[in-house]
Amino acid sequence: MLLKYLGKFQYLSIAALMLIANPIKADWFALNMTRGITDISNEVFELHMLIFWICVAIGVVVFAVMFYSMYAHTKKKNPVAATFHENTKVEIAWTIIPFLILIAMAIPASKTLVKIYDDEAGDVNIQVTGYQWKWQYNYLEDDISFFANLSTDADEIYNLVPKGENYLQEVDEMVLIPVGKKIRFLITANDVIHSWWMPDFAIKQDAIPGFVNTAWTKVDVPGIYRGKCTELCGKNHGFMPIVVKAVEQDEYDQWVSEKKNVAMKLAELTTKEWTTQELVDRGEDVYALNCVACHQTNGQGISGIFPALAGSDIVLNNKEKNIEILMEGVQGAAMNSFSYLSEVELAAVITYTRQEWGNAENGDGEIVIPKDIVDYKQPKI
Amino acid sequence: MSAVIENHHEDHHHGPAKGLTRWLYTTNHKDIGTLYLWFSFAMFLIGGAMAMVIRAELFQPGMQIVEPEFYNQMITLHGLIMIFGGVMPAFVGLANWLVPMMIGAPDMALPRMNNLSFWILPFAFFILLSSLFMEGGAPNFGWTFYAPLSTTYAPPSVTFFIFSVHIMGASSIMGAINVVVTIMNMRAPGVGLMKMPLFVWSWLITAYLLIAVMPVLAGAVTMMLMDIHFGTSFFNAAGGGDPVLFQHIFWFFGHPEVYIMILPAFGIVSHIIETFSRKQLFGYSSMVWAMLSIAILSFVVWAHHMFTVGLPLAAELFFMWATMLIAVPTGVKVFNWIATMFRGSITFETPMLFACAFVVLFTLGGFSGLMLAITPADFQYHDTYFVVAHFHYVLVPGAIFSIMAAVYYWIPKWCGNMYDERLGKLHFWLSFIGVNVTFFPQHFIGLAGMPRRYPDYALQFADWNMVSTVGAFLFGVSQLLFLFIVVKTVMGGKKATDQVWEGARGLEWTVASPAPYHTFTTPPKID
Repeated sequence: MLLKYLGKFQYLSIAALMLIANPIKADWFALNMTRGITDISNEVFELHMLIFWICVAIGVVVFAVMFYSMYAHTKKKNPVAATFHENTKVEIAWTIIPFLILIAMAIPASKTLVKIYDDEAGDVNIQVTGYQWKWQYNYLEDDISFFANLSTDADEIYNLVPKGENYLQEVDEMVLIPVGKKIRFLITANDVIHSWWMPDFAIKQDAIPGFVNTAWTKVDVPGIYRGKCTELCGKNHGFMPIVVKAVEQDEYDQWVSEKKNVAMKLAELTTKEWTTQELVDRGEDVYALNCVACHQTNGQGISGIFPALAGSDIVLNNKEKNIEILMEGVQGAAMNSFSYLSEVELAAVITYTRQEWGNAENGDGEIVIPKDIVDYKQPKI
Repeated sequence: MSAVIENHHEDHHHGPAKGLTRWLYTTNHKDIGTLYLWFSFAMFLIGGAMAMVIRAELFQPGMQIVEPEFYNQMITLHGLIMIFGGVMPAFVGLANWLVPMMIGAPDMALPRMNNLSFWILPFAFFILLSSLFMEGGAPNFGWTFYAPLSTTYAPPSVTFFIFSVHIMGASSIMGAINVVVTIMNMRAPGVGLMKMPLFVWSWLITAYLLIAVMPVLAGAVTMMLMDIHFGTSFFNAAGGGDPVLFQHIFWFFGHPEVYIMILPAFGIVSHIIETFSRKQLFGYSSMVWAMLSIAILSFVVWAHHMFTVGLPLAAELFFMWATMLIAVPTGVKVFNWIATMFRGSITFETPMLFACAFVVLFTLGGFSGLMLAITPADFQYHDTYFVVAHFHYVLVPGAIFSIMAAVYYWIPKWCGNMYDERLGKLHFWLSFIGVNVTFFPQHFIGLAGMPRRYPDYALQFADWNMVSTVGAFLFGVSQLLFLFIVVKTVMGGKKATDQVWEGARGLEWTVASPAPYHTFTTPPKID
């Protein structure tokens, strides 16, 4: 009961803190599991509270006896100890009673579990792919695909500017889902194991390279829901959040058609004439999203793990190998294939790395245009 | 037996050698026990220093002290050092000191192997720690080293990590074989299996667990080595392997490993509660059966660490039920301890304080363990700070408190001096408060949604993280007091009697304090 009350106080405390405009949203009342907003998450919460209260009850009884004994059976009060050291009846009782309590716990738990394990196709099927260190979402029916990156500024992380309200819980592109529909997530990974956790839906599924796990949800309340990666996946494990926005069907449909338009426009860009500067500008953004975590802003990489791009022979003088590495990745190393990026993005980011950090001056300075990538993708004879 | 008696008059030739070679060449169970204990204490301080780095970084949101890359190295080494360098060698040290004296044996059965199994350990940890200074840094994939993060994506130092784990495994297996052979063959006449002290029983079971699972760990790291250097694809899906296979193998080792770190604690606490309650242990045989049941169940519950990897429904149900079942024998043990105290004649010297805290706080860890067993709820708990709180509750006020209790309880027998009771109690209270301030708030942080192994976190977790860090530093500093108390006791202090504790039972209390270099060269008479 107490915890339910605390849940109510939580809103009061947030309101109070907003009034005094504290830049950091202090939260002494963030004590319990979220109830979430789906039927399943509510059931999981009730289950959690049920087990919690059973444990509290057992604890009270057991510790009461222990503390009583520590108080009343000290050497001062009880100079001569009793001599009993076994009692078959009592011992059988305290073996069987816990067993019965466990059965009482196992029944509702098993029922909820069976409900969660429903892997029929959903109304909307979204493939979720974990990458070091971002999430990719593919809407299987609508052919929409995009990445969601952390959008918190590095200056906030390094304490140079005040932290925003959604510090580390915000992304550059939210996953939209329609309310009232069964959404099925097909979860996998491209490099190491990640785990897609959305507490409000009570979904946590590991994203495993080479395998597809499924999870489903049905959200009835429109809103923005925030989750996180929960399997250690390398240095930026703490910096790849998940944000899902549940919207009404109309808004969802509109978003889908907009996304499709954007995709078409991007395809048109492939055939455009590009200047070096245009490619470098665009490439800088692509680099910041995809490459900087390992190869660093200064292109120096991290000694011993991530090779430097500045002054690298391939980046300086070997355009073909440069394209091949981005398209195929490097076997046995952390460098994966980036062939999922668009032709424009790939050409731009390769050009950027070949122009930056003095690479243009030290090497052949050749640029890569989207057509080079298209040509690379042609079946080889 | 006549050979043993003939040796009697040669005793005076067998005092400890002088200087460094005493420790290098020793085959004496007491010397080796001491080596193990000091080694584990050194590792405890190193692993603890790493915990301080972790908690300092988490004091506030944002990155302040270390980079995420180094943070990951700290969490990995902290876990590995505390488990393989802190808790396990400490228990082996206690087994070395106590098992022969408790069963009336003159030494361990395989004394030269005993020397070897200790002396390879410092090299294992030298290799592991040296990886901090290698290009690319130390292992950064967590103490559970899940593939492919620990194979394809690992820093080059992973190879050194693998060899270091191999050496630790070899050491543990040799230590375990030694314990089994000693207990099976060297009990004094009259010490039947069901008359053995519970610490001996707990170690016999632990040793079997070690022999069963350390080779599995060795297999897992060898498969990693093959994947990294010899082109195999055990854990690489692109080559037809399966990353989840790694987790199955790892946790088939890992879950029994958890009990390896707690069964000897059960033994220790049983002795201490019995002594300071001045009353015979309640339910001796049910204690033995409970430990056996826990050990056997530990082999069929491993996948409860993997509820979110996408197991089929049938597997999830089986592992949930099997895991819940462990609560039964564990409950029996707790009830037995309390029944031992009940209507006893209790005093609260430092070992008893630690033992009582063990019973309460280990039980709390057991409750959160039961909650974690509930698969649907585990989908919310898994890999959050709730799990961190759970396993630290069973390992710090569980395993580590029991080790401290054991040191206070037996140190008068080891060095002949009483420890300073006032300082001991101070150490207890500081540790008790520190451990709870550190780990209790982590339940809240985890339930509220903070994943583990995060170097930085969202703002709603800020308050309790700050509290947790304050507690961690209190706990950390208190352990320096422990070091001081131990050194002070070794150097001098009030002389201990042979009996030491009024209510103590067992053969180790029948020998002089400090225990002579050789004890029970003639088997004792057991009624």
